[in-house]
Amino acid sequence: MSDSKPVLRGAEIFVRALKDEGVKHLFGYPGGAVLHIYDELYKQTEVEHILVRHEQGAAHAADGYARATGRPGVVLVTSGPGITNAITGIATAYMDSIPLVVFSGQVPTSVIGNDAFQEVDAIGISRPCVKHNFLVSDVKDLAATMKKAFYVANSGRPGPVVVDIPKDVTANSCAYEYPESIEMRSYRPTVKGHPGQIKRAVKLVLSAKKPMIYTGGGVILSEANEELTEFTRLLGYPITNTLMGLGGYPATDKQFIGMLGMHGTYEANMAMHQCDVLIAIGARFDDRVTGDLEKFCPYAKIIHIDVDPSSIAKNVPVAVPIVGDVKHVLQDLNANLKNALSNGKAGPDQAALKAWWRQVREWQAADCLRFDRESALIKPQLVVEKLYELTNGEAYVASDVGQHQMWAAQFYKFDKPRRWLNSGGLGTMGFGLPAAMGAKIAYPSATVACITGEASLVMCIQELSTCLQYQTPIKIINLNNRYMGMVRQWQEFFYEKRYSHSYMDALPDFVKLAESFGHLGMRIDKANDVEGALKEALALKDRLVLMDFITDQTENVYPMIAAGKGHHEMHLTPATAAGSMERELA
Amino acid sequence: MRHILSLLVENEAGALSRIAGLFSARGFNIGSLTVAPTEDPTVSRMTIVTSGSNAIIEQVTKHLNKLVDVIKVVDLNETDYVERELMLVKVKAADESREELIRLNDLFRGRIIDITDDVYTIEITGDGDEVEAFLQALKSKTILETVRTGVSGITRGDKAVMN
Repeated sequence: MSDSKPVLRGAEIFVRALKDEGVKHLFGYPGGAVLHIYDELYKQTEVEHILVRHEQGAAHAADGYARATGRPGVVLVTSGPGITNAITGIATAYMDSIPLVVFSGQVPTSVIGNDAFQEVDAIGISRPCVKHNFLVSDVKDLAATMKKAFYVANSGRPGPVVVDIPKDVTANSCAYEYPESIEMRSYRPTVKGHPGQIKRAVKLVLSAKKPMIYTGGGVILSEANEELTEFTRLLGYPITNTLMGLGGYPATDKQFIGMLGMHGTYEANMAMHQCDVLIAIGARFDDRVTGDLEKFCPYAKIIHIDVDPSSIAKNVPVAVPIVGDVKHVLQDLNANLKNALSNGKAGPDQAALKAWWRQVREWQAADCLRFDRESALIKPQLVVEKLYELTNGEAYVASDVGQHQMWAAQFYKFDKPRRWLNSGGLGTMGFGLPAAMGAKIAYPSATVACITGEASLVMCIQELSTCLQYQTPIKIINLNNRYMGMVRQWQEFFYEKRYSHSYMDALPDFVKLAESFGHLGMRIDKANDVEGALKEALALKDRLVLMDFITDQTENVYPMIAAGKGHHEMHLTPATAAGSMERELA
Repeated sequence: MRHILSLLVENEAGALSRIAGLFSARGFNIGSLTVAPTEDPTVSRMTIVTSGSNAIIEQVTKHLNKLVDVIKVVDLNETDYVERELMLVKVKAADESREELIRLNDLFRGRIIDITDDVYTIEITGDGDEVEAFLQALKSKTILETVRTGVSGITRGDKAVMN
């Protein structure tokens, strides 16, 4: 009979469902509880399995893949240590709202709760850092649960979903059917913004004398960069991006005034402080962005657009909240705005806007991102700037966490979304290398760089093996200052230079390390050699190159707002920072 | 301010731990929490007593709504509602206090559900204030133990959380 559904074993169902979901890549690591599944993976070629060297690497690689493509990253790990190792990667994706579907093996249902070998309560352990999770206790539920997992992960505010599958479920059989679509009465994310709120927003937007647009990762997640660009250009207002929002608006555009927040530009932070209407789009008022909430945007009426109602009015009061998918809301806003502008009755106050821009340009003249370009020691900023120039701003850039992350964000100008892959919310050291690998697997012909530091890099260094096995020739830019730079910077400013355990003693020889993994290593210790080395490495299209840049150890990230300070209380240079920050602490 | 939230949730393993976990992870207050299946066996009804400023209560309800297992959240304080809580009190009933215990029991429309030579167990039903008031009234007596169900709440009139 043609309409009869095939009866399959759970493991077969698993692989069939992945194919029916359109999954092309699966990042995983085998183990006892998932052996039935691995046996089925062996028999097919449609879904490519990438064997990582540590489950944390699997989660970060899938995360990098998802950030670069917009498609959910898919992970398969075994029970017990398999899933616990993946937790850091899952939490990383959760904090940045990245769609992941993580399948974990589980001990057979008959022994769950008996402290069986490699048993851990995966649902309990992952619960606080997932959007949702499922335990599949019957093979009959497997296909529908997988469909739900992909749907939940990639709709509304995206996030990671864990599906825990006991081993006996993968052995048992049932009729297979993969649902075309799924309805969940308890999960219906709002997509369209409320029309009344959109009208109110347009009115407030046009009443501004000192407007400011502040956008975050939601613009990227919602693929709303074109709508945002149209919105911003229609108005002619200044725009800033959060760390997560970089690339949501072209960084080389004249209306873009840089990233905001703790290490954002002086002009962006000052404009935030002085603005009278703040249009927040797909951003969540994170503490690294707002600084002291008491001093945050004291003169501004705030419009906040977000798909997640719980993000609205969480940290700051909002005048016009709009719940909805950023792309849809911006489309409606743009239509309303064009309507208002076309009949000539309404429009931005051009005289006020001109004065406001004059003020913004004055702040820009402070040239807050200046650094010593003549230095013989390698300035880390210079390396990022050269990478930007040599890749024409087209590279996918993953970073780890710390000073190098901030320099990457400040000096690599992202004109396009999904090019900048970094752990913004959780701040996970070790993210960069596997994330870059995931992006390279998604886009084999693209240039993918990992800007990292010697402390972060070694946290997931084992993935160099994976990169060799699957021929993912990423370029690793190791800004090696022999310190956990950001820790050292805080210790310098706030702990009277007591560099407690922030010195990376006994570092490996990174050139030999790269070679031992079958890759190419380079060591660069002169500023004059930076450009040549980068050119050489980028030209080696089919080799992974680990470039060990020996940088100026004392370089700090500026500008800086100390924790608990307001946007207008920035430090621009070492001269103003060193003394006053110590005083502030005292 | 004290708020009573009424929730409909999927009757699935783990739903309770998600909700309890949300309160502890975000530092929200939880006064009491009751949960049981409804006439629809796939749906559980939960009543949570919480407290906080309006801004905090707004966050509590938003985060509850965000949980994938939660079908609906209603803040009963925004409507007319009735609340009831059941308490069982085991109290020393020495000769001289028996009369007064019986009187108090009648006054609070309780029921004496177990009697031994010197101990009465009293069942009291009422809103949170009444239950508290009964405990206050027993202040001079020796309470051996109390057990409370936590508050259940329902809207007045023909409106139903279900619809």
